[in-house]
Amino acid sequence: MRTPYGVRMIELDGLTKHFGSKVAVDHLSFQVRPGMVTGFLGPNGAGKSTTMRMMLDLDNPTSGNVRIDGKRYRELDEPLKYIGALLDAKAMHGGRSAYNNLLCLAQANRIPTARVDQVLDVVGLTPVARKKSKGFSLGMGQRLGIASALLGDPEILMFDEPVNGLDPEGIHWIRNLMKSLASEGRTIFVSSHLMSEMALTADHLIVIGQGKLLADTSMADFIHENSRSFVRLRSPQRERLREVLRESGLTAVEAGSGTVEIDGATTEELGELAARHQITLHELSSQRASLEEAFMQMTAGSVEYHAHGTSHAGPPSDQQPGPQWGQSYQSDKGA
Amino acid sequence: MASVPAVLQSEWTKIRTVSSTTWTLVSAFVVTVALSAALCALTKATFDDLSREEQFTFDPTLFSFSGMILGQLAMVVFGVLVVGTEYSSGMIRTSLAAVPQRATFLFSKIAVATALALVVGMATSFASFFIGQALLGEHRTTIGADNVLRAVIGGGLYMGLIALFSMAVATMLRSSILSLGILMPFFFLVSQILASVPKAKDVARYFPDQAGSKIMQVLPDAMGGNEAPYGPWGGLGIMVIWVVAALIGAYLVLKKRDA
Repeated sequence: MRTPYGVRMIELDGLTKHFGSKVAVDHLSFQVRPGMVTGFLGPNGAGKSTTMRMMLDLDNPTSGNVRIDGKRYRELDEPLKYIGALLDAKAMHGGRSAYNNLLCLAQANRIPTARVDQVLDVVGLTPVARKKSKGFSLGMGQRLGIASALLGDPEILMFDEPVNGLDPEGIHWIRNLMKSLASEGRTIFVSSHLMSEMALTADHLIVIGQGKLLADTSMADFIHENSRSFVRLRSPQRERLREVLRESGLTAVEAGSGTVEIDGATTEELGELAARHQITLHELSSQRASLEEAFMQMTAGSVEYHAHGTSHAGPPSDQQPGPQWGQSYQSDKGA
Repeated sequence: MASVPAVLQSEWTKIRTVSSTTWTLVSAFVVTVALSAALCALTKATFDDLSREEQFTFDPTLFSFSGMILGQLAMVVFGVLVVGTEYSSGMIRTSLAAVPQRATFLFSKIAVATALALVVGMATSFASFFIGQALLGEHRTTIGADNVLRAVIGGGLYMGLIALFSMAVATMLRSSILSLGILMPFFFLVSQILASVPKAKDVARYFPDQAGSKIMQVLPDAMGGNEAPYGPWGGLGIMVIWVVAALIGAYLVLKKRDA
C-alpha cells in the first residue's frame, strides 16, 4: 500500500476558527512534510486540538482550508487509508469490545478484517481484544486509539497528545513507534504541550500560541537558537565578586539564593578571574537553558490560562530536556 | 465517495455489537405483546360492563395494540441510543473521520437501524394481534376482515416510524439524556393528556403519534375516540411529514455543526 497517493503532504492555508468572539485559530499556514516527525507544540488552549479537528474535517473552519495531497479531507475516498488519527483516547463506544470497535471502522473503509487483529497485536491489546473498552485504563484507551489510527496502514498519521496517560514503558513505546513510522517514509504529525517530549521525537517543530504561528523550524535549528549557555557562580563574597565582574566587563544577573549567572564567559575564565582576585567560590558550574524554558519564553505572551502566584518564564536553571516527566509537567503547569 | 454498502455493513456491526440493541427491541416486543394480551383478556371478562356506545364501536384490532402505548417507549429508547451513544462516547469523531461524508454516514446509520426497528415492529404488531384476538374470544375479528391487515401492517410501520423519529431528534439534540428527557414525557404524557382535553385535542391530533396511530384503527373513530379530519393513511402521512422534517433537521445539524 506504499506511496500510491503522491507526496503525502498536509498543507494549511490561512486556517482560522472563531468560537463566537473568541479566536481559537488565527490564520495558520504551514506544511507537514513526509518522512519525518513534525511536532506541533503549544500551551494548553493554544488551538492545537481545534486545528487537528479541522484537518480531519470534524470542525468547519471560519476561513482558510486544509489540503491533504491537494484534496479536502471530505473528498478522500476511504480516508483511513490516507490518514490515521488519534484525537482522544475515549472516542470509542465503551459497551463494544476493542475488536468490534475496530471492526466497525475497518468495514466502513473496506479494510480487510485480518488487519484488525494485526493492529491489536502491534499495540499489545490482543489479550483484551474481546473485552469491553469501557473497562480500559487511559493508557489502554490510548493504545486502542493508536490501533485505530494504524488500521488503514495510512501514509499520514496524526496523534494528539499521544503520551497522555501512558506509563514510562508506554511512552518509550510510542516514541519508537513514531520514529519507525517516519523512517518508513510516512508523515507524522504529533501534538504536545511538553517541549521535552518534542525534543526527543520531533525532527521539525511548529509552535503555536493563542492560535497564531510562532515558529516553523527544524528541531536542530530550534535547539541551536534557543539553548543559551551560561555560567553560574556562588560566593560568600558577593559584593566583591560583583565588583570584579563589572571591572572585567561582564554582566552578572542575580539568580536568587546567592547565585549569579554570567553570559559570555567560560568556566575556565571565570575560575581564573576569581583566583586572581582571591575570591572564594562555592559554586562554579556551566549551565544550559532548557528548551522547555525557551518554549515558555516564546509562548509567554500567548498563554491563555495563567496560574496565579507561580513562576514567571523564569531564570535559567539546570533543567535539561530529558526524561524528567514530573518536572516538565510541573513547569508546564506553572506557565 | 465512501462505499455505501461498506458503510451499511459497518453500521450493522455497530448495532449488533452493543447490548442496548437487544434489550430495547426485546422490551418493545415483550411489553407491547404482554400488555395487549393482558388488556384483551381483561376486556373479554368485563365486556358487559362497557357502555353501550363502547360496546357498539368496539374495535378488536385496535384494542389488541393497547400495549403499544408503553411498548413504543422502548422503541424511542432504541432510536435515541443508536444515535446518542455516538455522541456520549465520543465515537462520533472516530466515525466521521472514517466516513466524512455526512449524508452517507447519517442515512446509512438510520437506514440500518430503521430496517431493524421495522422488522421488530412488524413482529410485535402481528404477535399482538393474533394473541389479542385469541384472548378476546367471541369479540374477536380475523386478519381477513375488511381493513384489518392494513391496521396490523400499520402497527408495524408505526413502531418503525417512532424509532426513526427518535433517531432524527437525537441527531439534532446530540445527547441521549436530553432526547429521552423530551421524547418520553412527550409520547407518554403530554400527547396522551392533550388528546383528551377538549380544545387541545384539535391540535394534539396533529402530533406524530396521535396522527400515526390512526392507521391501527379498523373502525373510524372507534371506541368513542376522536373524530379526526383525516383517514388512516392521511394520519400516517402526517406522521411521515414529521419524520421527514426531523430528518432534514438532523442532516443540517450534522452538516453545519462541529463534531
